[in-house]
Amino acid sequence: MKNISSTVLILMLILPFMAGAQQQTHLFTGARIIPIAGPEIDQGILVVRDGKIVDVGPAGEISVPDNAKVIDASGKVIMPGLVDSHSHIGEGDGGDRSSALHPDVRILDAIDPQSDTFRKALAGGITTVNVMPGSGHLMSGQTVYLKLREADAIEEMLFVDPDQGIAGGLKMANGTNPLGGGPFPGTRAKSAAMVRELFVKAVEYKRKLEDADGDREKMPKRDLGMETLVEVLEGKRIVHNHTHRHDDILTAIRLSKEFGYRLVLHHVSEAWKVADEIADADVPCSIIVLDSPGGKLEAVDIRYENGVELEKAGVTTGYHTDASITDTRLFLRSAAFGVRAGMSRPAALRAVTIANAKMMDVQNRVGTLEKGKDADFIILSGDPLSVYTHVEQTWVEGRKRFDIDNPEDRKYATGGYEVFRGEFYDHHN
Amino acid sequence: MKLYRSMIKRYSLLLILLLSLACGAAAQIAVKADTLYTMAGPAITDGVVLVKGGKIERVGPARRIKIPDNYTVHEAKVVTPGLIDAHTVVGLAGIYNQEHDQDQLERSNAIQPELRAIDAYNAREDLVKFVLSKGITTVHTGHGPGALASGQTMIAKTPYNTVEEAVIDSVTMVALTLGSMVDRYFDKPGTRSKGMAMLRQAFIDARAYAEKRASGDDKGAVDLKKQMLADILDGKITAMITAHRAHDIMTALRLQEEFGFPMVLDGAAEAYLVLDEIKNSGVPVFIHPTMTRTYGDTRNASFETAAKLHEAGIPFAFQSGFESYVPKTRIPLFEAAVAVAHGLDRMAALKAITSGSAGILGIDQRVGSLKRGMDADLVLFDGDPFEYTTHVDKVIVDGKVVKE
Repeated sequence: MKNISSTVLILMLILPFMAGAQQQTHLFTGARIIPIAGPEIDQGILVVRDGKIVDVGPAGEISVPDNAKVIDASGKVIMPGLVDSHSHIGEGDGGDRSSALHPDVRILDAIDPQSDTFRKALAGGITTVNVMPGSGHLMSGQTVYLKLREADAIEEMLFVDPDQGIAGGLKMANGTNPLGGGPFPGTRAKSAAMVRELFVKAVEYKRKLEDADGDREKMPKRDLGMETLVEVLEGKRIVHNHTHRHDDILTAIRLSKEFGYRLVLHHVSEAWKVADEIADADVPCSIIVLDSPGGKLEAVDIRYENGVELEKAGVTTGYHTDASITDTRLFLRSAAFGVRAGMSRPAALRAVTIANAKMMDVQNRVGTLEKGKDADFIILSGDPLSVYTHVEQTWVEGRKRFDIDNPEDRKYATGGYEVFRGEFYDHHN
Repeated sequence: MKLYRSMIKRYSLLLILLLSLACGAAAQIAVKADTLYTMAGPAITDGVVLVKGGKIERVGPARRIKIPDNYTVHEAKVVTPGLIDAHTVVGLAGIYNQEHDQDQLERSNAIQPELRAIDAYNAREDLVKFVLSKGITTVHTGHGPGALASGQTMIAKTPYNTVEEAVIDSVTMVALTLGSMVDRYFDKPGTRSKGMAMLRQAFIDARAYAEKRASGDDKGAVDLKKQMLADILDGKITAMITAHRAHDIMTALRLQEEFGFPMVLDGAAEAYLVLDEIKNSGVPVFIHPTMTRTYGDTRNASFETAAKLHEAGIPFAFQSGFESYVPKTRIPLFEAAVAVAHGLDRMAALKAITSGSAGILGIDQRVGSLKRGMDADLVLFDGDPFEYTTHVDKVIVDGKVVKE
C-alpha cells in the first residue's frame, strides 16, 4: 500500500551505488575474530567480497579464494561494525512546537549526510545507526535506520526493505520531557490519554483501509500521520519509546499492549526496578551508560547495573550513545562499563551489535559476522572492552570508511582544531 | 578568612582526637597492595601502608614492614592515594538539576567574588557521595563557570556530613570565566571585550580600595567584593580563570600579567595552540574533562591535550568540571584514563589526580601522596585503576573505611 513508488525510486537511487563496480575479494588473516554469532576465534579468517561476508572462521577451516587481497591483521581483533540503536547524529530535527504528536514527520528530510558527526561515529566503529528525533514530544517523528556509507545525499545511507520501503521506527516519549504548555500535555495521565486518542483514530483509519480493500472510492482521505501509525499497528514500524522512571516504563508497555504495537524502551534509567515486568512483556531495552546519575529528575536513579539486571531477567538489551549525550568515539566504553557492573562479556558485546540490530529489524543484515551478511566490521588494536584499545579501521559493506593511519580520518578520532563544527543536539526541541 | 580557617583547623584537630578516641584500636589499619602507588616515589611492588589515628604511619615494601597484630588488614591489587578532583561543582550543583539545588552560579551580577562556597556546600549531596564511591576523597569545589567572577571555591573531604567537618580549606580560589559562556548567562557583559573591561575596572577599583584601607584613609565597613579581589591582587587567593578558546586563554594570561595575581588556567580546550605561551606564564592548568562534549567553546577539544601539556612540562590536573545536563558530574579518574589511552604517560596521569592536583591546590602537605604523617586517604582497586572494567573496592578517608 504505502509509497510503492517512492520505494522503487529509492531503490533505483541506491542499487547502482551498492552494486558499484565489483569489488576485489579481501581476506583478513591473523586476527582474533569476535563474530558475536558464536565463540571468539583465536586465529580467524574473514573473507569479504562485493560488500558481503563470504566466509568467516578459524584459519585452516576456511577455503582461501584465489586472487584475494590478503590483509594481515595479526595481533588485532575483528568484530562486527557497531550498531547504535539511539543517536542524534546528522544534525536532523523532528516535529515542531505546533503539536505534541508528529507521526507524519520524517527525520530523513532534515539530516545532513555530510555532517562531521558521521565521521566521528565511524571513528568509534559505528556502522549502523537509528537516528531519532528528540524526546520533547509524545511523538516527535519517524526515525531512520542509516548505514554509514559514503554519501552526498541521504538516500545513499538508508536501509531500504524491498517490501516495506525505507526502514525506520517511530519516536515516542513519556515522562517529563514532552510535558509543557500550549498543545503539550501538562501531566503524565494527559500524555497517555493523548497517545491513546491518536491510536484509537489510527485503528479506525486502518479499519477503513481494510474495508476499502483497494477500492479507491472507499479509501479514507490520505493522511501521512495515520499511514505511519497504521505501519506501527501492522508491526512494520517499531515504536522507540524514550522513558526513564519505572512507572513511565510500565505506562509505555501498557499502551503498546493495548494497541498491539512493537515497542523498544529507550534509556530506561529505572529498568533495574522493573526488570521482571519488562521481561514478562518481552520488550527489548536500549539503555545508556552515564558516568554519574542525575542531571534531570528522572535520571537520578540510573545505575551502571541496569544492563546486569536486564540480562538476569532475560531481556534483549542494547547500549546506545544518545549522541551527543555520550561520545560516539567511545561507544565500546558503554559495553565495558556493563561488564564492570557485572554483565557477562557476551551480553555486553551483543549490546553494541546484534541486540541493537534486532531492535531495528536489521538483524539479518548486520550485527554479527556471518556468511551472507553485510561486510560491516571493525579492526581493533586490542580487546574491545579495554580503555587502551583503539578502533583502527571501520569497514562498511566492504569499503574502508575509517583508517587511523590516515591523518584525515584520525583527526575525527582525537578531535582538535577545526575538526568538528560543534553542533550539539538539543533533546527538548 | 584566616580566622575562619584557623577555626576549622582547630575543629579538625578536635575531630581527629575524638575519632581516634572513639575508634581506638579499630583505627589502626594495614593496607597491603600488589602494586602501591605512593606518589612520593616509584611504585612499590608488594607494598604496605600502616595507618594510625587517621594518619599514615609507615609506607614501604612488605618485606621491611611487620604488620602489628592489632591492625585490621585490607588487601588489594592496586592502591593509590585518595583521588583529588582538581575542580568540580559537586555539593553546589546538585543531582536533581532543578532551580532549588543549583547553587554554582548566581546570575544577578557578573562579578561576585564575595560569594563563599562554604555557605552553599551541601556535604550530604548525593553526587558528593557518588564521587566518593569512585575513589574521590578530596574535592576542590565551589562556584562554577559562567560569570566573570562567580564566587569562591573551597576544598573538602567527601565522606563527611557538614561543611564544617568536611572542609580543609574554606577559601581556595575565585572562579572567573572568559569566553562565550558568560554572554549566555548575562546581558552585561554581552561581548568578550566588555567582559574584560568590567574585570579590569573591578581589579583597579579593588587595588585603590586596598591602598586606602592600608593607608587608613578608608575606615568604613569592609567591602566584601573589593576585599576579595584585593586578596587576589595580594597573592593570598588564586584566580582560577576558565578559558577554552586560544584567544580567551591569551586574554586570561594578559589579565594575569597586568595584575600579577596567582592564577590557574581552567578548561583550556585549545591549550595545544598556545603551549609555549602557557608554559612561559608559569600558570598551571586544570585541564577540561577529556571526554568533554565538542561544541560551543570546547568544540575544538582534543583527547590528546593532556598528553601535550605533559610533554610541554606544564603542570596540570584533571577535573570533572561543570555539567549542565547528564551526566551531572564526571569522574576525573575516567577522564584521566581516556587521556592515558591517547598518549598521556601513566604516572603523569596518576599524578594529575593525586599529588599533582594537591600541589596546584596547595594541600600537598596533607593529601595526594602516601608518606608518613599524611592524611590516611587511600583507594583500593581490583586492577589497573585506568581500565574500564576495574572496580574501586574500598575507599579509606582519614583512616576510616568509608566504602566497601
